[in-house]
Amino acid sequence: MTKLLETQDLTAHYGDFQALFGIDLSVEEGETIAIIGSNGAGKSTFLRAVTGMRPATGQNITYDGQQIAGMTADRIHHLGLAMVPEGRRLFSSLSVEENLKIGAAGKRTGPWNLDEVFKLFPALLERRRHGGTELSGGQQQMVAIGRALMSNPRLLLCDEISLGLAPKIIREIYAAVPLIRERGTSLVVIEQDIAQALRVANRVYCFQEGRVSLTGQPSELSRDAIAKAYFGTEDS
Amino acid sequence: MEWINVIVQGILLGGLYALFAAGLSLMFGVMRFINIAHGDFIVVAAYLLLVMVMTLGLPPVVGIGVVVILMSAVGYLGQRILLNRVLDEDILPPVLVTFGLSIIIQNSLLEAFSADSQRVPSGNFATASLTFNDELAIGVLPLAMFLAAVGVIGVLQFIFFRTALGRLLRATSDDPEIIPLMGANNSHVFAIATALASAVVAVAGTMLAMKTNFDPTIGPSRLLFAFEAVIIGGMGNIWGTLAGGIILGVAQTIGAQIDAGYQILAGHLAFLAVLIVRPMGLFAKAKG
Amino acid sequence: MKSLSQTALHRQSKVQRLALIGVAIIGFVALASAPLWAGRADLRLLMEALSFLALAQMWNLLAGYTGLISVGQQAYVGLGGYFFFALAMFTAVPVLLAIPLAALAAGLVAIPTAWIAFRLQGAYFAIGTWVIAEVFRLIAAQFPALGGGSGISLPVALVRSIASSRSGIELVMYYMAFFIALASILSVWVLLRSRWGLALTAIRDSEPAAASLGVNIRRVKFMVYVCTAVGTALTGAFIFLQKLRITPEAAFSVTEWSAFVIFIVVIGGLGTIEGPIIGVILFFLLRDLAADLGTWYLIGLGALAIAVMLIDRRGIWGAFKARGFPNLFVTQRTLN
Repeated sequence: MTKLLETQDLTAHYGDFQALFGIDLSVEEGETIAIIGSNGAGKSTFLRAVTGMRPATGQNITYDGQQIAGMTADRIHHLGLAMVPEGRRLFSSLSVEENLKIGAAGKRTGPWNLDEVFKLFPALLERRRHGGTELSGGQQQMVAIGRALMSNPRLLLCDEISLGLAPKIIREIYAAVPLIRERGTSLVVIEQDIAQALRVANRVYCFQEGRVSLTGQPSELSRDAIAKAYFGTEDS
Repeated sequence: MEWINVIVQGILLGGLYALFAAGLSLMFGVMRFINIAHGDFIVVAAYLLLVMVMTLGLPPVVGIGVVVILMSAVGYLGQRILLNRVLDEDILPPVLVTFGLSIIIQNSLLEAFSADSQRVPSGNFATASLTFNDELAIGVLPLAMFLAAVGVIGVLQFIFFRTALGRLLRATSDDPEIIPLMGANNSHVFAIATALASAVVAVAGTMLAMKTNFDPTIGPSRLLFAFEAVIIGGMGNIWGTLAGGIILGVAQTIGAQIDAGYQILAGHLAFLAVLIVRPMGLFAKAKG
Repeated sequence: MKSLSQTALHRQSKVQRLALIGVAIIGFVALASAPLWAGRADLRLLMEALSFLALAQMWNLLAGYTGLISVGQQAYVGLGGYFFFALAMFTAVPVLLAIPLAALAAGLVAIPTAWIAFRLQGAYFAIGTWVIAEVFRLIAAQFPALGGGSGISLPVALVRSIASSRSGIELVMYYMAFFIALASILSVWVLLRSRWGLALTAIRDSEPAAASLGVNIRRVKFMVYVCTAVGTALTGAFIFLQKLRITPEAAFSVTEWSAFVIFIVVIGGLGTIEGPIIGVILFFLLRDLAADLGTWYLIGLGALAIAVMLIDRRGIWGAFKARGFPNLFVTQRTLN
């Protein structure tokens, strides 16, 4: 079975500074992958390279067997990869409903539409006409996720959806994950909340200073191993 | 009571200014880009209609349609091929490029058509008028133009707030960086915005051609009128731009009534007054 | 430890710098001694070039360092010109003194003008300054004493009061232009090397960062706007002394005093002192070659501006600098 997403030896530079040193990562259809790591480890850079938001020509990124490195972000989106960007990035001139609708600009068919998203996140239904940025942080995150779902992606990439949110809200949002999976979307989540990541993922990758320092199933990974992979050497 | 006539003329003139402003404000809204050649494109539209009607013998209405289609296409291509390559955070490259375009257009028109004043004849329309009692006469043509201007602005409002394209344009003005994540191509969206603005410019220019005398050098002053109407009306509000145009038109006609030489200065002073008192404009929509 | 290639680069850069300084000294001496070797027509050309150089340095200071893109500096060229004519013709102020006084008067006008203009930002500020210039033009045309809409010529007696002979007058005027251009370069250079300059460079690099470090951005921008207005008006006063005649259209021409100046600065290299120098040279070379082509010359100029923006928006000097060319005017502080 072809992997849904696979990167081999992915590197990334910001000018002279190297952010990623050869990342090997794969996602099978139906899986939920969590990427954990401290700030600056390269997690967001990785997602941006995969979605075409940063240049990746010459790299090896395959999606469903097709080479997507070097493609424009909008083309990659049409293939069924959607991203929930860091910081939500809702459109302030658009209402909640319009923010959701614009996610469907890609016109892929599938289980997700406006009604289904409102069923998934009922809090949004009564606020559908409000300005996108007038909502609470948690509700904005729901809109951002819903917006990405509207394109009926096969693979959903989430960049730090728990950032700045209270634990109760985080749990509420993650409660939606099983339903998203059920409907045929695989997930990659970047998470600062390690416990949440371990709870929701089939497999975990830990990034440390641009490299994969640890990978495996949550049940296989001990706390010590994770701490070491997350922070590097014991005394750093 | 001739003041009522003056004000009515000002309102009708304001419709034209509102159209000048709508094109400018559209491009700035979506792309944060001020086109210094904006007024010159209006003049190009006027000359195109002149060619259509005088050289090719087309009826004015058909001529207008052709000019609108032509300029929309040119706007789309020009944005895609040239202007997209100089757009980013820095406002200076677009300023210099559009300054260059302005000079190229003015001098090319001078070469092609000479500096003579021109006007496109509109047949019977030109002199027909509706009279209300003894004091007030409204020309049919100016009235038709005003209604057309209101119509165009209404269409723009509809496009922006009730269509998927308009949604995309508004979103692009908020956060162009993640538009590709929505599956849309920025190059294309910007070019559509310019095509739309060019269509509005085409209507404005063709109306100008029939309403007043024009020559290759009046572009820059049209740009300033457009700009003033946008600022007076308030940024981010399409109907506000209509109000701004009308206020500018009325200020100008009142100034002209006091002394013919005061017309443009009166408009500038109205603009400065609004700028001093309410720099965001009279009907600005606060952005989130 | 420096590698071999780094040392070679360092040496090459030193050689380049010496060559640059050499060229600059030759140029300076040539300009300073121009009345000795240049004919009347050439002197007039040089005076014009020096005026544009001063205008370019002022615009460069405004746009390259505070980020205030103005398409309305012609307001101060015109104000300088008109205040000069008014002072020279209607007061007892001697002609030569009227020039700096006119500049100061324009500076006073710049203060409330800045307050109004600063209510706009970015591209709107740019066009707003143009509208303000138009207001000045229309107001200037209202004064019959200054010729109204058709303008006025400087009385011959006033011109004769500058010096006793014709060549004396030209000598004085040439050195005025030379001095104004030199002053514009030196004042920008000194400013940039001072504490103010540090604030300006900080603003150019990152406004929020500069603000958080305690730089009063609004006050700095205000000061720079008023100072460049004075410099621009000084040059404007001289320009119209040289032309001997002023009209509202010429005094407040957006093409002459904004479009051409902006071309010069941006094509030469924005945010550098050397850039405007190169820009002026290029501009006058082109004008010399192509001026009788009339409209085609202007079309070519517009096309050149577009081409340069597409190829390298840093301009000629900016492109050189990026390839390791040294600065002639050192304004940067390096961390060692």
